[in-house]
Amino acid sequence: MDIVGLANYAVFMAILIGIYALLALGLNIQWGFSGLFNAGIAGFFAIGAYTSAIITSIPAAHRLGGFELPLLLGWAGAMVVAAAIAWPIGKICLRFRADYLAIATIGIAEIIRLVIRTEGWLTGGVRGITGVPRPFGDLPYMQSQIAYLAIVIVLVLLAYLLVERQLKAPWGRMMRAIRDNENAAAAMGKQIAARRLQAFVFGSALMGLAGALFVHFNRSITPEAIDPMIATFLIWIMLILGGSGNNRGAILGAAVIWIIWSVSELLTDRLPTELAIQAKYVRVFIIGLTLQLVLRFRPEGILPERQPVPPPRT
Amino acid sequence: MTLLDFINFYLVPGIVLGSIYAVGAIGITLVFGILRFAHFAHGDMATLGAFIALALVTAGMDPWTALPLAMAITAGVAIGIDRTFYDYLKARPKIVTVMASLGVALMLRSVVQMLWGVDPTTYVTGIVRPTDYFGILLRPRELYTLTAVVLIVVGLELFLRRSKWGKAMRAMSDNPDLARLSGVDNRKVTMLTWAIVGALTAASGFMLGINTEVESMMGWHLLLPMFAAAILGGVGRVQGAVLGGLIVGIAEELSVFILPAQYKAATAFALLLLILLVRPRGLLNGKVL
Amino acid sequence: MPLLDMKAVRGGYGDADILQGVSITVAEKEIVVIVGPNGAGKSTAMKAVFGLLNVRGGSIVFDGEDITGWAPNRIVQRGICYVPQVDNVFREMTVHENFEMGGFLRKGDLSAAYERVYELFPDLKAKRRNLAGDLSGGQRQMVAMGRALMLDPKLLLLDEPTAGLSPKYMEQIFQITRDVRDAGVSILLVEQHAKQALAFCDRGYVLATGANRHEGTGQALLADREVAEMFLGG
Repeated sequence: MDIVGLANYAVFMAILIGIYALLALGLNIQWGFSGLFNAGIAGFFAIGAYTSAIITSIPAAHRLGGFELPLLLGWAGAMVVAAAIAWPIGKICLRFRADYLAIATIGIAEIIRLVIRTEGWLTGGVRGITGVPRPFGDLPYMQSQIAYLAIVIVLVLLAYLLVERQLKAPWGRMMRAIRDNENAAAAMGKQIAARRLQAFVFGSALMGLAGALFVHFNRSITPEAIDPMIATFLIWIMLILGGSGNNRGAILGAAVIWIIWSVSELLTDRLPTELAIQAKYVRVFIIGLTLQLVLRFRPEGILPERQPVPPPRT
Repeated sequence: MTLLDFINFYLVPGIVLGSIYAVGAIGITLVFGILRFAHFAHGDMATLGAFIALALVTAGMDPWTALPLAMAITAGVAIGIDRTFYDYLKARPKIVTVMASLGVALMLRSVVQMLWGVDPTTYVTGIVRPTDYFGILLRPRELYTLTAVVLIVVGLELFLRRSKWGKAMRAMSDNPDLARLSGVDNRKVTMLTWAIVGALTAASGFMLGINTEVESMMGWHLLLPMFAAAILGGVGRVQGAVLGGLIVGIAEELSVFILPAQYKAATAFALLLLILLVRPRGLLNGKVL
Repeated sequence: MPLLDMKAVRGGYGDADILQGVSITVAEKEIVVIVGPNGAGKSTAMKAVFGLLNVRGGSIVFDGEDITGWAPNRIVQRGICYVPQVDNVFREMTVHENFEMGGFLRKGDLSAAYERVYELFPDLKAKRRNLAGDLSGGQRQMVAMGRALMLDPKLLLLDEPTAGLSPKYMEQIFQITRDVRDAGVSILLVEQHAKQALAFCDRGYVLATGANRHEGTGQALLADREVAEMFLGG
């Protein structure tokens, strides 16, 4: 690969890392700060991607949508719809231990997958949605990529600052206090229940936004673009390895895991076809194993959660 | 549609599917009740069991003879998985083990895909005509499945109600602190639970495989209905899991009256949310974790 | 030599010492009660005997053997059984199964042990197939004691056995406790109902802030003005 190719690849990777960082931040709000187990990340991601695609794409004969509405509306829509789906699930399941939320989110991700495949009038079925606009998409390739990267970076930064601010607020201290008491969920008051729901809904909205960013980057989406289990799992390992409860850790984890994941794909793709297919499963096996090793030997991740800041003196 | 049509095309398939769910859901409910966490590798353990049976069949065994052997092997694998991946997490919050089990699910699936690939296959080839029992059409494999499920459930119930270690398992599920005070060895109960659970997952995987096909994602798709069944029946309740399994199985088959067939799988999810909303302890008053 | 000899025990659940030096003895066939205000460390002292505490000082000698720092399952086998205050039965198991679980560690024929337990708690004989969770509070307490007695212990530890029971059941539990003692078992119990407990026990200890405050026969303690003022309600 020459220099230009390498630079192109680096920008491409950076954009995807940014998108994954948003997902990891969303999960950090849910799991890292609030102890909520979302096993359906891919579902919220897909919802965001499809929502924004339907709102902003050019019309197509075989499906609804193609409203060609502004991009920002698409992104907002992605967040709102992801949040709207998270809300009832959280409302029902957050009364119980995190296991129940985990089961329900696996379920919702599965339902979302079914809807996307089945409801062709809405999602284009297996053909998916094409003609999704990309901001600065008319620029030459490299400029366009860099512009998109800038957008992604700004959004990740915004999300990071927002979440950091919330964490230092009483909200964040309260969330951690709830999280660290496994039995609190059963006995908690209404207010705490509402906070947990907020955390779940807001985290899911961020995942929806990440989906929107992904679809505009790709300019299209098909059901195959998202493997629910692997996508969800990658985000989990990013957060746990990076440092659950630490926003910088979440972003770092996204970078580390995504680089390892893609570079290993590049390498295994060079193998003979027969072996390449085997190697794909080996890679999946290895991320599963990585999680076990991190949980066992470094459960706090690369960047451990910082001690909560002392409350401001009054 | 006549009553017989309804029975033959909806009820019988629902009961067969439901009993397969039931066998899986018993395992879920045992882990949930005794070891107190939601085991997400359950479905993929079933896949592994189904493929172990496939390997035995490929080696020349009759499928139904291969079943007990596959159950025994998977039981061993389940104990091994617990020793390797779950045991050292027991001092941490249970949800960490839930997470680990999600990782194990992924690992099991990739092992299956590495060894056997992703193409669907079957234990036996050829079309089997159903036999007519007073108008009710049953294929031999359906009859065997139902018989096997009854044997498994009755055997397990007898074990849990009559044997010393079965009672120890129930005691551990009921009141773990008191069970320990009474001298019940937690490690032994854990091991025994995994042995039983492993055997049950293999049975559910095999029976799904023999009634449909064997493929690497089959267990993952079992997961949601199995959990729905376990929670519907009441966590920790073996009979509840059976009841829940049958309800989910039959509901899935009947769902085609109101929903497109593609959404069969959504039925379990709807039932799960419904029961959590109105009666989280389940039909037979189980635990809520 | 007393059956149980606990000397100057210090310790707690975490790093903080709840017990600041507690000494208690129980002789063969004796009923000893621990009373004291809330937070005095009564239940904690009992849990120390049963190995549920980090003991950091002092010693616990049982039947001539130092059991300080032993794990509960080893202590059980040595002949001490413990009945917790709450959650002390298997609610979803029958009365008889509760007793079976009590005898879990015993080998061989248990029919004599069952017979003894049903003799002590005749009410339970008719209910042996009922689920323990369906019984009244007093009967549940009997099941809990019966479960502990299945191992034929030399010493029975009862943590507030009458908590939440009506006076009628309280009397009954005290009576049963005497019967158990008469059957040859020593008993150490923690009681909230200090007056009634001191009236029925052989000897008592008054603990306050994790240390011994008074000790003596039940009657002597009842007569002690300081004890009376402390918490017996004057």
